Amino acid sequence: MSKAVSVLNGARFSGLATVEDAGLQGMITLRGDLGSKTLKAAVKAATGAEVPAQGSISVAENGAAAWMSPDELLLLVPYEDAVAKTAEVAEALKGEHALAVNVSDARAFFRLSGEGAREVLGKVSPVDFDAAAFKPGQFRRSRLAQVAGAFWLNDDGNFYIVCFRSVGEYVFKLLSAGAHPQSKVGVY
Amino acid sequence: MLILECPYCGVKAEETELAAGGEAHLKRYGPGSSDDEFHDYLFMRENPKGVHFERWRHANGCGKWFHAARCTMTLEVFGTYTAQTSVPTQEILDKIAAKRPGWTWREFADGKK
Ligand SMILES: [Zn+2]
Repeated sequence: MSKAVSVLNGARFSGLATVEDAGLQGMITLRGDLGSKTLKAAVKAATGAEVPAQGSISVAENGAAAWMSPDELLLLVPYEDAVAKTAEVAEALKGEHALAVNVSDARAFFRLSGEGAREVLGKVSPVDFDAAAFKPGQFRRSRLAQVAGAFWLNDDGNFYIVCFRSVGEYVFKLLSAGAHPQSKVGVY
Repeated sequence: MLILECPYCGVKAEETELAAGGEAHLKRYGPGSSDDEFHDYLFMRENPKGVHFERWRHANGCGKWFHAARCTMTLEVFGTYTAQTSVPTQEILDKIAAKRPGWTWREFADGKK
């Protein structure tokens, strides 16, 4: 078995905000009827989190569930547990019209922290990042300049960003450029 | 800048998060139709200055298709609604009638159910 490494293996840039490769993160794409009791129980068992409301993420101690669309969730679990938990979810949903896939190695995961975090994301995404408009617990799929991405604001004030691994380096460089120390706009 | 609310996400998405899908509520003519019907289905599109119905996809988002009713001249948006319908919702039709009395578009028109 080869050693798993996250997309930029812990790369870090510090400027207006700190951009970090947030390391290996287990991610399971789950599609199905989000109103189903069986699905709710399976999500709870795998992540410890409830099925989130539209546009939000529910975070538990060792996992989280994010709202991707009316019939899709992104489950976050410890990287080492992703394979087993995907199988557990699939097993629990047998007979339901649902599908669980381990996408951990197909994604890149970044943390954006510090004073300028809202501004840096605001430069690359067409989303209102005003403190009154984008609050902790909110989860949004959008774009990061030219590629698709999703992000949420954690209770600790850090943004977490998910994108395809194939564009991981692009997103890291994009956020780093947006966080260039001499590029302050001062909107947020 | 055009801003449409995705009826599935509730997100107010701007144009760059969306993909345009052309005219809405096309009736498909396939095998068994006349040449004229098939020709019109393939090529004939509305190009109104005013009320228009379109398909859009929340491409940088949930990925789902939806419908939008808007004015091509002012960019005013009357509303968005799900893709699971072959006619605009009554709510949308009422909104358009209130703002553009006497409007028509294909088989839809002010006061027509
Ligand atoms: Zn959407």
